[in-house]
Amino acid sequence: MDQTVTTEPTPVRASGVSFFRANMREYGILIALVVIMAFFQFATGGILLRPVNLTNLILQNSYIVIMAVGMLLVIVSGHIDLSVGSVLGFVGALAAVMIVQWDMNYVLASILCLGVGAAIGAAQGFWIAYFRIPSFIVTLAGMLVFKGLTLWLLAGQSVGPFPPTFQLMSSGFLPDVFGGDGINILSLVMGLGVAALLLYLAMRARSQEIKRGLPTEPAALFTVKNALIALAIAYMSYLMASFRGLPNVFIIMALLIAVYSFVANRTTVGRRIYAIGGNEKAAKLSGIRTERLVFLTFANMGMLAALAGLVFAARLNTATPKAGLGFELDVIAAVFIGGASMSGGVGTIVGAVIGAFIMGVMNNGMSILGIGIDYQQVIKGLVLLAAVIFDVYNKNKA
Amino acid sequence: MSETILEMRNITKTFPGVRALDDVSFSVRRGEIHALVGENGAGKSTLMKVLSGVYPHGEYEGDIVYEGEVKAFRGIADSERDGIIIIHQELALVPLLSIAENIFLGNECASRGVIDWRETNRRTGELLARVGLRERPETKVMHLGLGKQQLLEIAKALSREVRLLILDEPTSSLNEHDSDALLELLIEFRRRGISSILISHKLNEVSKVADTITILRDGMAVTSLDCSKGPVPEDRVIRDMVGRSLSDRYPSRDPKIGPTILDVRDWTVRHPIDTSRLVVDKVNFTLREGEVLGIAGLMGSGRTELAMNMFGRSYGTYVSGEALIRGKTVDLSSVPAAIDAGLAYATEDRKTFGLVLDQTIRRNVPLANLDGIASKGVVDRHREAHVAEDYRNRVRIKSSSIEQATVNLSGGNQQKVVLSKWLFADPDILILDEPTRGIDVGAKFEIYTIIRDLAASGKSIIVISSEMPELLGITDRLYVMNKGRFVGELPTAQASQEKIMSIIIKAGG
Repeated sequence: MDQTVTTEPTPVRASGVSFFRANMREYGILIALVVIMAFFQFATGGILLRPVNLTNLILQNSYIVIMAVGMLLVIVSGHIDLSVGSVLGFVGALAAVMIVQWDMNYVLASILCLGVGAAIGAAQGFWIAYFRIPSFIVTLAGMLVFKGLTLWLLAGQSVGPFPPTFQLMSSGFLPDVFGGDGINILSLVMGLGVAALLLYLAMRARSQEIKRGLPTEPAALFTVKNALIALAIAYMSYLMASFRGLPNVFIIMALLIAVYSFVANRTTVGRRIYAIGGNEKAAKLSGIRTERLVFLTFANMGMLAALAGLVFAARLNTATPKAGLGFELDVIAAVFIGGASMSGGVGTIVGAVIGAFIMGVMNNGMSILGIGIDYQQVIKGLVLLAAVIFDVYNKNKA
Repeated sequence: MSETILEMRNITKTFPGVRALDDVSFSVRRGEIHALVGENGAGKSTLMKVLSGVYPHGEYEGDIVYEGEVKAFRGIADSERDGIIIIHQELALVPLLSIAENIFLGNECASRGVIDWRETNRRTGELLARVGLRERPETKVMHLGLGKQQLLEIAKALSREVRLLILDEPTSSLNEHDSDALLELLIEFRRRGISSILISHKLNEVSKVADTITILRDGMAVTSLDCSKGPVPEDRVIRDMVGRSLSDRYPSRDPKIGPTILDVRDWTVRHPIDTSRLVVDKVNFTLREGEVLGIAGLMGSGRTELAMNMFGRSYGTYVSGEALIRGKTVDLSSVPAAIDAGLAYATEDRKTFGLVLDQTIRRNVPLANLDGIASKGVVDRHREAHVAEDYRNRVRIKSSSIEQATVNLSGGNQQKVVLSKWLFADPDILILDEPTRGIDVGAKFEIYTIIRDLAASGKSIIVISSEMPELLGITDRLYVMNKGRFVGELPTAQASQEKIMSIIIKAGG
């Protein structure tokens, strides 16, 4: 019809403020973490960011972060997994039985445990994906089953301790190969390296976007955001380096975050998972093997829950029947605080990780302040509600 | 002349940055059928939302005078109390509740909260009789077809003593027979003094029943045409709608038809729930290179079921049948296999089956061919943006940029995104199911042009449509489907609406 319609690409060059508003979801969560950290740093009289406490904070939250990464994919695909806490406990118990009672080599046992976790996830995913049993029900059943199996496996007792080599996974630190004076130079260099790498990647991506006329963040916002992130990483690694160095589990976490962010954002598999969550029928009619992908998402979740189980058991140096109790709720809360949508199709790995740290910082900060567990629960619940209300409000306004 | 029931005076409604209605005046007489036509985005729905109180008093300028009084509706409840009832394109029925429960939902015949079922069913029976719906009041709405659901919506409106009935595209998803029944009902209402406002893209229907046609264009009321002195020519209406004369409603083409590409033999499909029923029964057909093939038939004749079953068995239970592409049997047992074999199926239901609505144009376009923008499973975002931008220009998707979420696009532009998705998958055979449903005249012409260009480039296209003029306008050859079978085949050049209908009727309607 109208032959004169202009079809030139229209580069979106929004002003800083309007761009910020449009991306409120992403910045909001980051700002929330910074504000909460600043608040507790002030309220605890500087204890929060003391090297020893910061290190503890990372160690305490590592297993939540590890599971949040997998849970994000599950929730983006439009499902939920309530069994992760029980699976974590079960795998920890299994590891204890194999390593402590059977004297099995800890590497072999760990690999077997990851396999068992993946198999558990796959078994649940099988019913969810191919028989269309709601994931809420299947994983609720899984939660009960594996809680029971943990009790059975441990015969109601705690089993431990683990050999020191196994504990290193959770409680070990990067070795101080350069023999710095009161500072772990390897850790510091790695931290600075990561900060520099992130800066470089962000700048490269931006220059390519500009070259191709794609929409970009306003320069000021870009500079401030990336400078802050780089500085924060550099400062944190300096703090930790001045204590005992970067914990081993921090390296595991960082790798997982990097790999899964890449998978979610940049691979066809990631695109497909987001499409399934956004509109499963349309995804299926576009030739996406939706069943297989949902199945694999749950298998992956099982494996990550198993990894978290190993980390948790190694940290406690014992497997207890109560391990993992209620963790699924923390993990799910982290993902939703991080901006994921209950109906699927929306959410980011980084958001989920930040969500986990918001929960972690609050736990840690409130404990330092001596706030009772009763109020802690209330406050965390309200924060979760507020975060999701903020999201929904923003979405409706847009 | 009869009295005026509604007068909307100088209505202006602005959204941030857009003037959706610009000084629109519009009046409806008592007991007339008033058609409101215009392209998508012309302001029809906005005007009706102002009238029904969705945009409450104070959010617009101008006056609504209804039955002699200036009204200030604050919400739908206010306008419904005055007998103004709007029936939306997307029906608002609860599928798991019965007909009676739906009719009296929120308006139950009850005393002190206890429902009087006998009275409910009696009154439901009366209302169903008035709209000519022969169903039991206890029947669940999920068991009714779309046509019957539409009638049920009208019965619901009658239960609230409607005086001004507004129908937004009521027939867009109905077949000819159900549409006629619905239009008859409007004529019956006219006799009883109920006024109707009919929003429709189907100009043949409009000219059949309307007493007055008001045409909106770009938020302004262009003209009101009086049809009482005789029908207004459709071309005249179209000219006012698009603001210029549209010399031809279908693009001219010069078909270059090659050898047979697809040969389907004895395709049979069972209903997914009612397994004794064959929804597609031993269908045989051929398709040639560069050909535009039409499948005509009433709604429910099995056309969509055939297409979806062939496309990776996405509907029903496959019973038997074989498909040969260029003489070789192909595997169509899953969607990826069907895509590999060179098939594409663009759905009749864009929102449910076609688009990931919350995602952007950029994310939707490559969805059926993600490998085409990736190497070794890693998406090249620049190639992705380039592809999306390319199709946005090529099929003229009107949008602010490729970053716009498809949920915010008009129906015609959503359809173009669906088409882009399949074009990027580069199929040999494209099945288009109701490609212009709910789309305005201008966008329809663009879709027809895309179809023509595809055929000219050697692709083969199957068009399933309930609009016979469209099939007659754009296809080369037609099959007629009825009750799961192909009951006729004819070259389009020798076909007419009457011929097609007579084939259907001879086959046992």
